[in-house]
Order: sequence, then structure tokens, then C-alpha cells
Amino acid sequence: MRKALSFVAGLLLAGFAALASAQGNPIKIGMSMPQTGSLGAGGQAALLAIRMWVEDVNAKGGLLNRKVELVVYDDQTNPANTPGIYTKLLDVDKVDLLFAPYGTVPTAPIMPLVKQRGLLLMGNFSFQVNHTVKHDMWFNNAPWTDASSWFDGWITIGKRVGGKTIAFLAADQEFAQNLANGARELAKKAGLQTVFDQNYPPTTTDFSSLVRAIRQTNADLVFIASYPNDSVAIIRSVNEIGIGSNVKLFGGGMVGLQFTPNMVNLGSLLNGVVNYNSYVPGLKYPGIDEFLKRYAQKAAEAKVDPLGFYLPPFNYAMGQMVEQAVNGTKSLDQKKLAEYLHTHEMQTIVGPIRYGPDGEWANPRVIQAQFQDVADKNMDQFRQPGKQVILWPEQYKNGNAIVPFDKARK
Amino acid sequence: MFSLDLLFEALIFGVLLGCFYAAVSIGLSVSFGLLDVPHVAHPAIMVLGSYCTWLLATRSSLDPLLAGVLLMPAFFLVGVLVYRFYYETFERRGSDAAVRGLAFFFGLAFIIEVGLILFFGVDQRSVEASYIGKSFRFGDYRIPMRMLVAFAVALLLTFFLSLYLSRTFVGRAIKAVAQDEPALRLMGANPVRIKQWAFGIATGVSALAGAMLVIVSPVEPAMDRVYIGRTFCVVVLAGLGSMTGTLAAGLILGIAESVVMMLFGASWAPAVAFGLLLVVLGLRPQGLFGR
Amino acid sequence: MKFWIGAALALAIGVGLPLLPVNEYVFYAGYVVLTYVVLATAWNILGGYAGYVNFGPPAFFGIGAYAAVVLFKWLGAPLGVQIAGAAFMGGAMGFGVGLLTLRLRGIFFAIATVAIIFIMETLMVNWRYVGGATGLQLLRPQVELYASYTRMLFAVIAVMAVASVAIARYVQESWIGRGLRALRDSEEAAEGCGVPTLRLKLVACTLSGALMGAAGAPMPMYLSFIEPASTFNLAYTIGSLGSAIIGGMSHWAGPIVGAILLGSLQQIITVTISNEMNVLVVGVLLVVFVVAAPEGILGLFRKVLGRTSK
Repeated sequence: MRKALSFVAGLLLAGFAALASAQGNPIKIGMSMPQTGSLGAGGQAALLAIRMWVEDVNAKGGLLNRKVELVVYDDQTNPANTPGIYTKLLDVDKVDLLFAPYGTVPTAPIMPLVKQRGLLLMGNFSFQVNHTVKHDMWFNNAPWTDASSWFDGWITIGKRVGGKTIAFLAADQEFAQNLANGARELAKKAGLQTVFDQNYPPTTTDFSSLVRAIRQTNADLVFIASYPNDSVAIIRSVNEIGIGSNVKLFGGGMVGLQFTPNMVNLGSLLNGVVNYNSYVPGLKYPGIDEFLKRYAQKAAEAKVDPLGFYLPPFNYAMGQMVEQAVNGTKSLDQKKLAEYLHTHEMQTIVGPIRYGPDGEWANPRVIQAQFQDVADKNMDQFRQPGKQVILWPEQYKNGNAIVPFDKARK
Repeated sequence: MFSLDLLFEALIFGVLLGCFYAAVSIGLSVSFGLLDVPHVAHPAIMVLGSYCTWLLATRSSLDPLLAGVLLMPAFFLVGVLVYRFYYETFERRGSDAAVRGLAFFFGLAFIIEVGLILFFGVDQRSVEASYIGKSFRFGDYRIPMRMLVAFAVALLLTFFLSLYLSRTFVGRAIKAVAQDEPALRLMGANPVRIKQWAFGIATGVSALAGAMLVIVSPVEPAMDRVYIGRTFCVVVLAGLGSMTGTLAAGLILGIAESVVMMLFGASWAPAVAFGLLLVVLGLRPQGLFGR
Repeated sequence: MKFWIGAALALAIGVGLPLLPVNEYVFYAGYVVLTYVVLATAWNILGGYAGYVNFGPPAFFGIGAYAAVVLFKWLGAPLGVQIAGAAFMGGAMGFGVGLLTLRLRGIFFAIATVAIIFIMETLMVNWRYVGGATGLQLLRPQVELYASYTRMLFAVIAVMAVASVAIARYVQESWIGRGLRALRDSEEAAEGCGVPTLRLKLVACTLSGALMGAAGAPMPMYLSFIEPASTFNLAYTIGSLGSAIIGGMSHWAGPIVGAILLGSLQQIITVTISNEMNVLVVGVLLVVFVVAAPEGILGLFRKVLGRTSK
């Protein structure tokens, strides 16, 4: 009896659904985005870019002749919130497609959920979050795969400029630790001698003594994996205390030096730092300049990151990829979409993207760039190429590293 | 890698850090230490002070320290109002004022935090001044000027507050109210007005401490959470209401963190500070320099 | 008797509902709400009855969660064993805190519990086996009977909620509760009347700690992930303390009312207003209640009832 009932109910539901879609009800894309908490600033900028994509795709008539609608909730950068939010999105809001929240920690709890239900999930700047779950319908928009994709470039540059010893300083937080752990192994493999290796708690107020301790080791290379607030404090401490004339390369994995307010605040203190990035001016991707111009206008109104180099283009690209997959398969079937994403090269404003079997980029494209010739209190300078000189990957290189570190600061 | 040189250096930075801790705690040393108000919103008010400093300093290009000083009267008033409210709603009703008072200040801290997010956004803010980013050379050592600012603020606040509490009539009345309220009442003084005044002073001092906070490091709205533990740790270590004790406790905390950082690594620093607090609470609840 | 019928009913719903084809979201959101019921009830044993404000629910909750992870990773222990282990660890920590802080007055006790959060967090951050600062992703085992692991977790937490309420009620109505109340009103007077204040505080600390620890045990599996920063989050303090105060601290029913109200409200706000306001609501509610309705919702209720019966 119950079976029969649920069958009838299912039939009815399917009928309604078919009817509704025929009337052109919107395609819903659901996500949570950290808009408060530690990732809040980045999350708000990223969200603006996604909203821009929604506007653009709707201006073109939507997907499959249906309007696209974004359903988004704030997870407060707290992983305890995301499982609830994503089931709400799936079971109550009945969204058709899912985007992941910005960051690894909020994403981790929803991985088993999407795997169990066999859903496509577009990843959003997380790091190795699919490592344990191994979901084959996961596609990360971040230009990295594992620690080697970050570190190889930095270490190659480091060895080229004659680095033999290395110092590590990493935040005792999820992402920084993952990165540093990978980097430690790769440094060993590359034959570098580790002369200093410390983690610092996220509540550290003053980095003077840590910076001084690094200075005393006379390391050639100083690799820092830090979070936004700390990155600013570390750069300031380095300026005050001095890191020693021996240091050839400084930076690597400092999150936050990609955010405009920090770049403007630090100004000339940034000179010499060789740090990772996702996009810097000078990279010629089709459509990126036009996007950034439009973004800048909207960002000023929305009071979010005014330049938006780091996250926004990749969040827009996430939308573009979904757009291509849906148009390419003429369907919303999650399996077909995933297969399409696996087998096709996606064309986006951050260049062509091809996916590996684990849903990370087949050809990672983490930029290692050096801040050069940066002046104080000037935001517009960062729009030109040359303030962040690309040192890696080789094919995008547009300048040479100034070494040692101190020389770039004069 | 132990050496005397490193130890000496850990001591220097420990002293600077300790003074910073003392400066952020000294307002609480008055409000909680002397007045017994469970003021867990103290760090939140301080962060509010940092943001107001930022606003004043960037809008009218004032020196942040001066901005902090200018904010003190306004914060004094806020403190008076907050205490008045607290007194009317909790202390007068008596019984378990402590539990509800605690919850009240806890709620207040959250409201301030969200208020800051709504008004300023979630980005971190920092100020500029001629002495920020410079350092003072001392032999082979270089000491950041901003930490010296913290050092000076801590010493000045301790000095003036102790002087105020021991030399002026109102100051002595505040100390008296902390020790024996009924006696004061018998003498014809109004303890509530005295406490109100004292709480105002504590809040005013927080404005200056907030200015120092934003000078030392960039601030963000949720920063107060970190300082709830630290400030109470200092005040309790000090023994309630002792200003010089607060300075000493701050120094102990700063030096302990700095030395542990040198010996065992930075990631153990927070546990040691709070472990120290637990030991003190367990063995000598009246604090190291308690009355 | 009425209580036991209610409890049996709640138990039946808690265990039975996940068997029915109900929307999965109910269980995800409900799980969080019920966790708060356990936490608030546990908090109230010490905070409400004895007047000792514990700021450390995240520490107890967290040690429970990590105990469960260790048992799972080391022995592959089933959930029941994990919960028992977590309750034991939470209880042991409660006992330790009680011993250490026996001589402390209210606010000092509160500060000591804050210190414990930071110490536990630092320990876990530095402990590689449980993932350290990077955290640890966990793969959920297969479940029987229930259609999904989350449904099973909902049933488990429902049982725990009913059990903790029953324990709180027993404490309240037995000699323990009477002693704790005497101790809250005046510790010296209670001591003078021959109330074994020391022993009572220890019992309350241990019990409260054990329940909070147990509440933390299923969390790693709920998230299939654990990481120190969010596990030792101050949000759990606000949740437990806020629920008890908003609901009413003098009666075992208060924390339930408060937790259900506050928990559901937070879940609803997260998916409706969905921004900074979320945190604001809790702060404002907390302040409004302690100022305007110090006896909580239960107190308001009683006032209204009292008026109509006159």
C-alpha cells in the first residue's frame, strides 16, 4: 500500500516538475558562502563575481531557456553550518546545481553528502578537500592541485638564485598546515637543508621574536604559510626587525597579500616578497580585462575588494564552466555534466581549464610573483603589469627576480 | 638551540609583549578587579575603541594615540551609562546577579562585534603614524616602535591609575568601595556613584588601550574573543584590583609566552599562559599580588 | 509519571521519525538543535542549579568529539563506544576542573573554564594523530536500519537528549538538587547546615562534563570532519548558556525550551536572513532576556499563569 502511494506521489511530483519546467521556472544554483567570519571578506568578493555571472547568463537568455537563480546562505566560515545548509538547498529549496563555499574547512563536511547522493559539486578555492572522499563529480576552480603545484615553482626559483637552506613559518590552521607539510617534504626532496621550522598559533599578536629567530638562522629561503591578519603583521615585523641580508627569497604561501586593502596598506613594504597568486595583471586571458573593469564598478558600490584579482575571476569562471557543460550536454543531469567537465577543455576568463581524474586542474597554474617597485598608498598602480612580476610558471614569466630580498626593498 | 643571547632576547620581547598585555587588561583590573563587575565585554569595548580610533585617525589624519586620548571622555560617558544600567537591572536585584550579569556582558560583547561588522565590514583595519613600521636600534637588536608605544602606554596608565587610586579622594573612595561597601555607606558616601565613576574611568582607559591595540596590530571585529581569556588571565594573576600587580602579571605572561616560544615553539605559547592561570587559580585564588 | 510518558513519547518520535520518509533537512537541522538541548541541559546542572557559570562547554564538547575520533581511528569503535568514551573523558575533565577550582567563587570558576578551552585547543592543534591544525576527514561507516547516517545520528542524539533531561530532572528533584540550590544561595550557610558542598560540586561538575562530552561524540561523524578551531568555538558557550538563560534556569524544562527556541531560530535565520544579523539575534535575545525576563521563558509563563488563576 505504502509503495503504491509513494509511487503515485512520485508520479504526481514528476508531473508537476515537468509542468513547472515547461513554464520556464528558473534553474536554481545553490551554495553557502562565508560572508562573515575569517573568510568573510574574500567570500563577499567571490559572491559578487558569481552574481555577475548569473546576470550575464540571464541576459543571454539563461540556461536551456530557463532563467538562472542563485540561492545563497552565509555559513559564517563555520563548518558546523554547511551540512545543514546544503541539505536545505537540496531537499527544501530543490536546487538543480551546487557550488561549494569558498575555502577548505567549510567545504569538507559536505563532501560525503554530495558523494553519497551522486551530485556534481563545483569546488571553490579549497585545497585537497577531495583527497579522502575521492568523489568523481568534484571540480575545483582553484589553479592548484597539491602542495607541489604551489611549491615547485617557488623552490625552483629559490634554487636558481642559489638557495641552500630554508626556514619555515606556518600558521597553526588548516590550510597553512596542509601547505607547509607538503612544502617540507618537497624541500627535503630538493636537497634543501631546513634550518628553522615553526608553527605559530592564530592568536599571535606580535611576530617580532619569530622574525628575529628566523633572521638568526641566516636561511637563504624563507617560506611562510600564513593567514590574512598574520600576513600583514609578519610583513610589518620583517620591515621593523629586518630578516637579514642573506635571505634570497621570502614569501611563498601567504594568504591575504592578494587582497586589495592589504596590498594598499602595506604598499612599499611588499617589495621583494615572492608570493603565490591566482591571477596578476599581465596574464592575457580572453575576457579577463573586461570582467575586471565591470567588477571594479560593482565592487565599489558593494564595498568589497576593489580590484578583485584573487577570487572573483575564478568564481566567475566556475559559472562559465557550468554554463558550457549545461549547454554542451543540453541537460541538467549531474552525471552527464560531470562527464562533460572531465572530457572537455573549459574556456574561461582565467584561461582554458582541463580537469584531472581527481577533479583538480590537470595543469595547475599557481603564479609565483614578486612585488617590485610598489609605492605607498596607491591602489591603481596594481592594475598595471609589472608591480607583481610573474616569475613562475615559465611560460608566463614577464620579469626577473630581484635578489637578495633586501635589494628589492631599496 | 639554547643560548644566553636568545634568552636575553626572549626576555626583551617578553617584557614588551607583557606591557602590551598589561595595557589591554588595566581597564578590566578596575572594572572587574575593584568593582567585581563580570565585564566580559571589556575586550569588545576595547576593539570598539580601536575602530573609533581608526575612524578619527583616517578621517581627520590625527595621530592614533591622540585620537585615543580624545575618545576617552566619550568612552567615560559610555562606561557610566553601562554601569548605571548594569546596576539598575542586576546589582540592585541582588541574588545571582553574577550569572545574569555575566550573560548580559557576554551578549553585549556580541552586539558590539556585530555592530562593528555592520558598520565597518569584515575587513581588517590598520592605522598609520610616523612611528609605526619604524624600529629602535639597540646594539644588534631592533625593537619595533609600536611595541615601545605599548610599553609606554602600559607604564603611563599603571602610574597614573595607581597614583589616582592612592592619592585622590575619589580614588581612595573607589578602593574603599571595593573593600568595604557598607562602611562607605555609613560614612555618607554613595557607593553607586563612586562605582559608576570608576567604571567610567575603566571604560575611558579602554579607549586608549584600543588605540594602542590598533597601533600594535591590525584589528578585525571578532578580535575581542582572543582577548577575553588573556585579559582576565592577567587580572586574576595580578590579584584583583592591584594596578602594579596588573603590570607585573602582564609581564609574567608576556615573558612566559616569549620564553616558551623560544624553547618549545610558538604553537605551545597559548597553552602555557592559560596553564599558568589555572595553576594560580588552583593554588592561590587571591592572585599573586592579591589583597 | 507524566514526565515518563512525555519522555517515552519524545523517545519514540526521536527514534521513529528518521525511519519515515521525512525530508532529510529536518534531521540535519534537528541534529544541531538537539545537540544544544543536551549542552544546555548539561550546562544548567552546574550553572542553573548551583550558580556556577561554566564558560567552557566548547572544551568539554571538544574533548568528547576528539575522544570519539581517537576511538574511531584507533580501534574502529562503534558509535556507542565512542559516546561512552567521550562521556568518560568529559566527566573526568569535569571532575578535574571541580577539584582544581573547588575554592573558587563564581566568576573565577568561569575564567578557569575559559582557560581550559584554550588549553584543550592548543593540545589538539599540536596532536598530529587526530589531524592537528589541518583537521581530519572521516569516512562514515555503513548504517543499518536507517536510510542514512545522519538519520541514525538524529535518533542517537534524540536518545541522548531525553536521557540528559531525565538525569537533569533527577538531579533537580533529589538531594543533589536541593543541596546545589542551597549552595547557590549561600555557600557558607549551606556548609554550616551540613550540606556536603564539596562533594555536591564535584558530582555536578562531573555529571555536567560527562553529558557535554557525550554531546560532542557524534559531531565528527555528523560533519565527517574535525578541526580544532571550529570544535572549540565559543559559539557552543553562547548556545548552552544562552539557551539555559532564555529558557529559564531554575527548572529542567527551561534549557529544553531555550535550546529549541534558540537552536531553531539560528537554523532558520541562517537560511533566511543569512548574514551578520545571525549573530546579532543571539546577542540581543540574551541581553533582552537577562534584563527584562530574568526567569526566562518559563518564568514569563508562570507569571502569565499566575495572573490568570488569580
